[in-house]
Amino acid sequence: MAEAHPPAMERPEFQIVPRAGLPIVAFVLVLLIVGIAVDELWPLTFLHVVGGAAWTIIDLFLGFVLGPIIGRMSIPARVEFTTRLMPKMVLIMPTAVTVTLAAGWQLATKLGNTQTSYALHGWIVASYIVVGIMAVIALGLLEPANIAVLVEMKKPRPNPEVIERLMKRFIYTAGATGLMQVATFVIMTKLASA
Amino acid sequence: MSERRLPPVTQVGMLSLALILAGGIYLSSHIPNHVSLTPAVILLCASALLLAGNLASLARVQGFAWTRFFEIARWALIAYLIIAGMIEYAFLRNNLSGGPLVVLTLSLVVFAVHVPVLIAFTVARFAES
Repeated sequence: MAEAHPPAMERPEFQIVPRAGLPIVAFVLVLLIVGIAVDELWPLTFLHVVGGAAWTIIDLFLGFVLGPIIGRMSIPARVEFTTRLMPKMVLIMPTAVTVTLAAGWQLATKLGNTQTSYALHGWIVASYIVVGIMAVIALGLLEPANIAVLVEMKKPRPNPEVIERLMKRFIYTAGATGLMQVATFVIMTKLASA
Repeated sequence: MSERRLPPVTQVGMLSLALILAGGIYLSSHIPNHVSLTPAVILLCASALLLAGNLASLARVQGFAWTRFFEIARWALIAYLIIAGMIEYAFLRNNLSGGPLVVLTLSLVVFAVHVPVLIAFTVARFAES
């Protein structure tokens, strides 16, 4: 439980869910719906590749580049950086993941890659398993930590220990999913070059 | 930071999500062959039981920050219903029907409820009740 009176903490004003980003998310989701509805190769490939690139790069960059940098920042700098980064992550990551998976499934179905008769079916199943593990980590640990750290920072007197703990959880799980993304690279490049 | 003991909601929730994902992987890895739905149904029932158990154990916690919990859960539920709806749309677009559609739709329901519970729990545990 949080301490009764943690010290006051300077932090910029922010929205937990940035409202300005919601129309962009809605636009991307409409693109996804249209892409699946028209079921053409180019839009599906575009959505899958762009969404997947965003997802993998953000995971790797956050886990292995930004994470260690944030860990070495002073507390005020870390708080300011976090209040600017984390609200954007609330919108970007679920959108990127949804677009990647939905477009990817539709693309694989269109190409016949989901059929058991597909020569590299084992690799496809391996991709399901890798994504499944990443989903459990992201949905169970990463996303709740993201929201919780923002709600804590919105309090009149945020508890630095709670923020520290939740940010560690966020960065470590981002690193873990980043490692899993390496497996995704191996599988996807194998499938694309088949 | 002193912390009161709470039920293992996150761990149980992650296990529940893993079970429905395993069921989904089992079904999707056999397309288009006809496979027994029994393993997927067992995994779905186990996952739903874990969700019910999670809610029941949380309901017994004295002084939990329920106002904050429901405030967060409500918005998260809307977001995850949209995501689940997108996945359901992809299933329907690919003419999925019958038993597999029922199992996967119910799996999406468990997913769309359990993830907001996990988010709201993580937020509410650090809130003053």
